[in-house]
Amino acid sequence: MSPRLRGILFRIAQAIPVVIGVVIIGFVLTRALPGDPAVYFAGAAADATSIAEIRKTLGLDLPLPQQFLIYVGDLLRGDFGQSISTGQPVIADLASRLPASLELTLVALLLSCAIAIPLGVMAATRPGSLIDHACRVLVTAGVSLPTFFTGVVLIYIFYYLLGIAPSPLGRLDFIYIEPDRITGFYLIDSALAGDGETFLAALRQLVLPAITLALFTLAPIARMTRAAMLGALSADFVRTARAAGLTGRTVRYTYAFRNALLPVVTTLGMVFSFTLGANVLVEKVFAWPGIGSYAVEALVVSDYAAVQGFVLAMAFLFVALNLLIDVTYTLIDPRIGFEAS
Amino acid sequence: MSATTESSGTFSHIGYVLRGNPVTLLSFVMFAILIIAAVLGPLLVPYDPLASEAANALQPPSWEHWFGTDNLGRDVFSRVVTATRLDLMISISAVTLSLMAGSILGAVAGYWGGWLDAVLNRVMDTIMAFPLFVLAMGIVAALGNTVENIVYATAVINTPFYARLVRAEVNIRREAGFVHAAKLAGNSDIRVLAMHIFPNALPPMMVQMSLNLGWAILNAAGLSFIGLGVRPPTAEWGIMVAEGANFIVSGEWWLAVFPGLALMFAVFTFNLMGDGLRDIVDPRQRT
Repeated sequence: MSPRLRGILFRIAQAIPVVIGVVIIGFVLTRALPGDPAVYFAGAAADATSIAEIRKTLGLDLPLPQQFLIYVGDLLRGDFGQSISTGQPVIADLASRLPASLELTLVALLLSCAIAIPLGVMAATRPGSLIDHACRVLVTAGVSLPTFFTGVVLIYIFYYLLGIAPSPLGRLDFIYIEPDRITGFYLIDSALAGDGETFLAALRQLVLPAITLALFTLAPIARMTRAAMLGALSADFVRTARAAGLTGRTVRYTYAFRNALLPVVTTLGMVFSFTLGANVLVEKVFAWPGIGSYAVEALVVSDYAAVQGFVLAMAFLFVALNLLIDVTYTLIDPRIGFEAS
Repeated sequence: MSATTESSGTFSHIGYVLRGNPVTLLSFVMFAILIIAAVLGPLLVPYDPLASEAANALQPPSWEHWFGTDNLGRDVFSRVVTATRLDLMISISAVTLSLMAGSILGAVAGYWGGWLDAVLNRVMDTIMAFPLFVLAMGIVAALGNTVENIVYATAVINTPFYARLVRAEVNIRREAGFVHAAKLAGNSDIRVLAMHIFPNALPPMMVQMSLNLGWAILNAAGLSFIGLGVRPPTAEWGIMVAEGANFIVSGEWWLAVFPGLALMFAVFTFNLMGDGLRDIVDPRQRT
């Protein structure tokens, strides 16, 4: 077995205890806390006998370890419970709404990477310059911005004052018809259908929420890029490359930047965690029909299973994403595989 | 121990840092404003934050109502100032709770190590495996929708940061000379841990705490923005932005903008102060 493959397998093995931990926390949140889930599931109009019946059907009268096994079995079969408000299995609800959230999150992340990485690089290559100071101000201000507030202000400026943004209600104005569902991403689906008008309409709806989310993720990415680039530029191999007479450009981009990208990729994992949380707020502000607003709607009506399903799904998504980032990392950086062995 | 010379040294160092860094000084001034608003706010405001006056609803900012009035005719300025106490209380109690829990867990794990350490690390890894805001939502949903549960949820998601920090600080000093000396002098393990090792972790903890406070306020305001914890008509920044958001599309900007700015002011203060404290505590980490 090659050391690199072993490194990847080792990293996947490391994720197993975390997944088990996530499942345990999920179980604790649904079953073992004060408050009777049977009462929640029975709804407001339930009497004592129907609650007892639901307790029996949910298996809540069994001892905790046995309940845990049933819970794990349900999760393995993809059963996250039933949502009271929609009457659908939670997993189906989440699956139908996930593309909306992913489209928003990915566009926002791409946007913020496209701004933050060049900004961080420029700030690091010209320390003390105007752009360095601008970067520092942006980084400090960026972490102080409440996402939901940025969204509200952007709506006021671009929708109410300037009138150039469409009304902040969902993914598509009601005069357009949803593109046929292929990927669930409106931009891709409408492009595949060759429907330029719907594509533009979907894009117009997406711009403001994506900018809101991007502003939020800009700060950590710019900060990390700047720090990593500064570190790489002061490394020995850069000095050697300079001494060997390579041009400033080659040294900066081929030597320093490639190395600086590695910690940035790791930061992206953490940024993604924040983004998944911020997503909930942005979706509420823009009435975006993703899983975040699904969870908020469920919270309002105490739809217990839906909220916990959402929390678990987010955790699994996040664990899987971190795993993906680390495996990619192992593939890019040949040193990692050897460390693990 | 020469306490006087040491503390005067510390003070002159703080004075030196503050002179060299007016931004940190500014952050302390901003912090003082926040504290005054939190302690005296309800006494200073011109109107009752809950008193509605339907005839005077949705008035733009004026001399009578500096920040305008909301849809029920309540004075937005009075509500923004009054809300400071609740917002600061939620975040400060949450951060204090996680500081205490993190200190105890981290110190025990770092000092005794072994299976305790391994278990704690696993638990903290698992908490960090959740998107933290989402976990907070799940905790509040499971415990029940009250302000206390917002505090507990925020405390839980902050605890790993402190536990890891304290664990690292305690662990590197476990075998230090002064620890052996203290033990040989007959101090018990717990006493050595609490009186000799733990105080070393306090300076970095203070920095972490200040940076965390800003984040805790954002988190709590975010939770109440989506309808958790604080209920209307209570004045709280997050819920005020949420209520104001309904009026932003028809142009009544003052309802959402002023509480939002107050929130940003608070978060910005704590972030600046955290950076400043880090310069005082650990000059090497200056960025």
